[in-house]
Amino acid sequence: MVQFLEKLGDQCLHLLEQLGRMGIFLFACLWCVVKPPYKIFPIIRQIHFIGSRSIFVIFFTGAFTGMVLGLQGYYTLRKFGSEGLLGSAVALSLIRELGPVVAALMVIGRAGSAICAEIGIMRNSEQIDALECMAIDPYKYLMAPKFVAGVLSMPLLTALFDVVGILGGWLIGVVLLGINEGTYFQAMYASVEWQDIKMGLVKSLVFGLLLIWIAAAKGYFLHFERGGGFGAEGVSRTTTDAVVLSSVAVLLWDYLISAIML
Amino acid sequence: MKRFNVEVSVGLFLVLGFLCFAWLAVKLGDVRLFGDTSYRVTARFGSISGLKPGAQVEIAGVKVGRVARISLDPERYDAVVELAMDRDVRLTEDSIASIRTAGIIGDRYVSISPGGAMDYIEPGGRIHETESAINLEELISKYIFESK
Amino acid sequence: MSDAPNDIVIELKDVHKAFGAQKVLRGVHLQVREGTTLVIVGASGQGKSVILKHMLGLVKPEQGEVLVFGRDLTRIRAREVKEIRTHFGVLFQNAALFDSMTVFDNVALPLRERTKVGEERIRASVMEKLDLMDLLGAEDKYPAQISGGMRKRVGLARALMLNPRVVFFDEPTTGLDVHKSNEIYRLFHRTQQQLKYTAVIVSHDVPKIFKLADTVALLAEGVIQGCMSPEEFQLAENPLIREFVETTMGPIYSSDKEESILYETL
Repeated sequence: MVQFLEKLGDQCLHLLEQLGRMGIFLFACLWCVVKPPYKIFPIIRQIHFIGSRSIFVIFFTGAFTGMVLGLQGYYTLRKFGSEGLLGSAVALSLIRELGPVVAALMVIGRAGSAICAEIGIMRNSEQIDALECMAIDPYKYLMAPKFVAGVLSMPLLTALFDVVGILGGWLIGVVLLGINEGTYFQAMYASVEWQDIKMGLVKSLVFGLLLIWIAAAKGYFLHFERGGGFGAEGVSRTTTDAVVLSSVAVLLWDYLISAIML
Repeated sequence: MKRFNVEVSVGLFLVLGFLCFAWLAVKLGDVRLFGDTSYRVTARFGSISGLKPGAQVEIAGVKVGRVARISLDPERYDAVVELAMDRDVRLTEDSIASIRTAGIIGDRYVSISPGGAMDYIEPGGRIHETESAINLEELISKYIFESK
Repeated sequence: MSDAPNDIVIELKDVHKAFGAQKVLRGVHLQVREGTTLVIVGASGQGKSVILKHMLGLVKPEQGEVLVFGRDLTRIRAREVKEIRTHFGVLFQNAALFDSMTVFDNVALPLRERTKVGEERIRASVMEKLDLMDLLGAEDKYPAQISGGMRKRVGLARALMLNPRVVFFDEPTTGLDVHKSNEIYRLFHRTQQQLKYTAVIVSHDVPKIFKLADTVALLAEGVIQGCMSPEEFQLAENPLIREFVETTMGPIYSSDKEESILYETL
C-alpha cells in the first residue's frame, strides 16, 4: 500500500516536472520568436515542410470530410424536409469544428511526428549539445522558425480544408443528390457569420501552437523521458507519445475554445 | 534549383491558403474589404424573438442589406435593430419593417415593404412603422385556448 | 604549481555530480593551463565525458565550482555562459554533425550564425579549413555519406572555425583504425601548432595519446587520481594509476621478473 502511494506520488511529481519543463520551454521559444535577429529563410523552409507539403493530405481529407458531411447531412435533413439547409450544415460544421480539428490532426500526423523525431535524434546524437557549445541558441535556431511556421500555416491549411470540404459537400449534395445549387450556397451565405470564421481561426492558431509545442518539447527533452529516451526505440516511443498527447490536447482545447466562444 | 522549388511551393501554399481564407471571410463572413458601402437605419420592434445580427433584410424577396446590431432600449423595453442597407436602395419615409420567418422553422429575417411617400429616410434615420415577430407558440396557444 | 594563477584557463574545484542514485563524480579537482594539452583517461563509464560537459556548462554540478577564464559557470547567467562558449570549440564523440546539412553548411554554420561575414568570405574560409583537413571534394556530401574518419575531420574543422581558445575532444579516435587515428592526431598536432589553442582530450587511446599530452589525469572512482606529465604518470606510485598503466600498456616498465611470470602464464 505504502509502496503504491509512493509510486503514485513519484509519478505525479514526474508529470508535474514534465509539465513545468514544457511550460518554460514554450516561454523560451516564444521569447526567441520575438527576439531579433530575424531570419526569413529558415521560416520559409519550415513553412514548406509544415504547410506546403501538407496541402495534398489536407486536400484529400478535406474533400472526403465534406463529401461525408454532404451525404450524412442530406439523409438526416431529408427526414425533416429541410434538405435546403444542407449548405449551412456542411459549412458550419466544417468551419467551426471539423476544419480546425481534422486539419490539426493531419498536421500532427505528418509534421508533428517528424518534428519530434528530428529533434529527438538531434538530442540523441549530441547535435543540440553541439549547437549550445557553438554558442548558438537552439531555441532561436531550431525552435523559433518551427513555431512561426506552425502558427502561420495552420490557419491557412484550415481555410483550405474548409473550402475544399464545402466543395466536397457541393459535389455530393448538388451534383449527385440534386439539391438546387443556389439553395446550397444561399443557405451557407445566410447562416455563416464572421463569428464562426473567427472561432475557426482562433482554434487553428491555438492548435498550430499546441502541436508544434508538444512535438518540439517532447523531442527536445528526450533525455528526460522515463525508461530512457535513448536509441532508436527511445525516439520512436517519444514520437508516439508526442502524437498521442498532441491529438488529445487538440481535442481538449477544441472543447474549451468552443465552450468559451459559443 | 532546390531553393527555387522550396520558395515556389511555399508561395503557392501561402497564396492558396490566403485565397481560401479570403473567400471564407468575405463571402461567408460578410467582411467588407473595400469599405462599407452601406448606410444605417434603425427600427424599433416590440419583439424580435429569434432575429440575429447578420440576418438578411429583404424588399420583395430581394436581399438589400443585413441586420448590423440589436440592442434593448432600457427605458421603453423596445428592441432597437440597426439595419445596414445597401447604398443604392433608398427607403421611403413610410416603409414598414416587419420580422418574418423563412418557412415554419426557418431563419428570421427583416422584410421591408416600401410605401408611396415622396420623402426618403436619411442615413441614420428611423423606420417608424414596424411589425413585430410573429410568435408561433403564442399563436398556437391562443388558438387552442380560444377553441375551448 | 608556481605559475601565476591567471594562466589557468579551466579549473574544477570539488565537483560532485550524481545521476539518480549513481554517484559519478565525488569531488573532482582539475586545472587546465593556457596553451597546454590535458588528457583525461580512465576506464569507460567513469564519467570522463561528464567532466567535459561540466567544463562546457552543459551539466551543472551538485556541489563545487567550475571556473572558466576565472568565472564560475554555475553562478553566472546564461548569457555569460554563451559568451564564454564563443571561445570554445568542441569535437564530439561521434562528431555531432547536423545530418540534414552538407559538410560545407556544417562547417559554415558557426560563421553564419555567430558572425555577420558575407557569403563570399564564408566560402573562402570554409574551403581553407576543409583544405587543411584534406576534405576538399567532400563539401557537398551529407554526413551520412562520408566515413567515420572524415566525419571526425569535419567536426574538427567546424570546431576550429572561429579560432577558439580552448578545444575539447571527446574521444577523438574511438571507432577509427590505427591509420585514421594517426591522421587525426597529425591534424590535431598541426592545428594546435598553428592556432595555439588549449586542448582538453578525453580518450581511451593509451599509450598513443600520451605523446600529445602535456598533462595526463586519471579519473577513477569519481576522483582524479593524479594529474601529472605522461612520463611521471607511467611511473607513478598510486596503485590505481599503476593498475591503469599496466592494463592498458602492459608491464613495460616493470621488472623482468614480473614480465617473465606474465609470459609463463600465457
